[in-house]
Amino acid sequence: MKSPELYLLSRTNRPDSHTLDVFRRHEGYQALERVLKGGFSPQEVIGMVKDSGLRGRGGAGFPTGLKWSFMPDPEKDPRPRYLAVNADESEPGTCKDRVLLEKDPHGLIEGILIACYAMQVKTAYVYVRGEYRLPHDRVAKALAEARAAGWVGENILDSDFSCEICGEETGLMESLEGKRGHPRPKPPFPAGFGLWGQPTTVNNVETLHNVPFIILRGAEWYRSMGTEKSPGNILVGISGHVERPGVYEVPLGTSAQKILEDHAGGVWKGRKLKAWIPGGSSTGFLPGSQIGLSMDHDSLKEAGSMLGTAAMIMLDETACVVRAMQVMARFYDHESCGQCSQCREGTEWLSQIFRRIECGDGRVEDIDLLTSLANGMAPGKTICALADAAAIPTHSVVRHFRAELEAHVEQGRCPYLSNDQPSQATVGAHA
Amino acid sequence: MAATRPPVLPEHLRSEFEELVSHYPERKAALIPALHRCQEELGGWLSPDTLEACADFFGLEPVEVFGVASFYPMFQLRPRGRHMVSVCHNISCALRGAEEVLEKACEVTGSPAGGISEDGRFSVQRVECQGACASAPMFDLDGVYHENLTLDDVERILREVK
Repeated sequence: MKSPELYLLSRTNRPDSHTLDVFRRHEGYQALERVLKGGFSPQEVIGMVKDSGLRGRGGAGFPTGLKWSFMPDPEKDPRPRYLAVNADESEPGTCKDRVLLEKDPHGLIEGILIACYAMQVKTAYVYVRGEYRLPHDRVAKALAEARAAGWVGENILDSDFSCEICGEETGLMESLEGKRGHPRPKPPFPAGFGLWGQPTTVNNVETLHNVPFIILRGAEWYRSMGTEKSPGNILVGISGHVERPGVYEVPLGTSAQKILEDHAGGVWKGRKLKAWIPGGSSTGFLPGSQIGLSMDHDSLKEAGSMLGTAAMIMLDETACVVRAMQVMARFYDHESCGQCSQCREGTEWLSQIFRRIECGDGRVEDIDLLTSLANGMAPGKTICALADAAAIPTHSVVRHFRAELEAHVEQGRCPYLSNDQPSQATVGAHA
Repeated sequence: MAATRPPVLPEHLRSEFEELVSHYPERKAALIPALHRCQEELGGWLSPDTLEACADFFGLEPVEVFGVASFYPMFQLRPRGRHMVSVCHNISCALRGAEEVLEKACEVTGSPAGGISEDGRFSVQRVECQGACASAPMFDLDGVYHENLTLDDVERILREVK
């Protein structure tokens, strides 16, 4: 079988791949040239992206072309409009956008420019999380290079198209406006009422990286990779108990087992796989026996999970699922912004209950209490998806690893700790 | 009642922030990037005086600036050691020894997690996912990532800090 074509990471292993010079030598800005000089209308660009079937790579998998088409017609709605680029990668297990930001920042800029042309946007903000110092600097440098070379700014390639791009060290829309990061209720949706109340589209970094390749090689080429409903390639980050953790590019629909064995070198230390998470911590645990699942939106949904950000986290047979869950529950408790009571209280309760079960102080009724709390944090009950992101892994632990929870309660300690370790080991709180 | 003059930001930051403000339709939007720069330039933390000076610069109430600064864990609202070691303790790092890395970092620097070493040189803190999951465990030392850490690496890197 011929090995799949790589495009997302086609430049990243080259020396100085972050520079304009190397980028230009490897198809860089050719798609933008084709759009601006080839007489593509904005609607035609949106049409191509729709035809390609590209789905957002930030976690929700929403069709990108459709999202772009939600922006109001500028003839009828002349308000300023924005593209906000989400480079605020922070779902535990997810580290793929960082590779693109550090090693192919011009690829992102080209994707942004084409998206802005399609949606007739003149200002884009790239919001890079504050911890991403090197990625931020690389994007800033690439923007300066692109601006000096005329790829960003007024009348790009002597066309009527002008576009300004700012790269900022902040996260989310509220943060971009200088506020506390409180998610907003939807509706109104950003396409009508986003940044500063103006029409706004939010796209993920990897999503935008796909766009120039769709323009250059066509929607049909794009659909020849991946599955019918999830076309194209995706970046999979694989971490935890594997021989070669890393970020790998695979066609959507590749089996998780193939990624584990062929790319990541299998479970480390010759051990067996006990549990795995397919798409970042909020997609929950699956038992090791389900490693044959395909990494695409529909297959994982059918299995009761999600593709999410395709961040696979692997646990070997010696790992304690309760302890892993407790680390994740602590995270959701810490991240909850506190606007919605189900989330503010629920994430704290989950964290405390998992902690006490792991520490040997759990009660039999705690297991049903976890389910009942998680039920109260279901989608639609809170403003954003954070409560749900804590509830999904909670349900998955009760569903697939109930016996392990019960063993903790019955033995009054974590069965995975060796006999000389104290039962209160580790599990720190935030200082 | 005599009005006291609010503290003032240094001139170079003021001019830098004026440029930042021009990127946005609203002045306030530059607040978070400005707070990051203040933290870098003014002693590694945001003192009450710094927050008040920012409020004055952006035309906001001090409480509004405090509300923003206290929301984001990257902002330090208490004095800290000259070098900041931020150890990720989230799932991918935890599976590969983050707690041992943290313990080692505390031992080498003499700083408790969330505190300051007695000589004032180091602060060690726990942080959530830093996006280095496939190169775990890791810490960030003064804005630079150190990844795929062994306990020997932790010791060597922290002992080499001037």
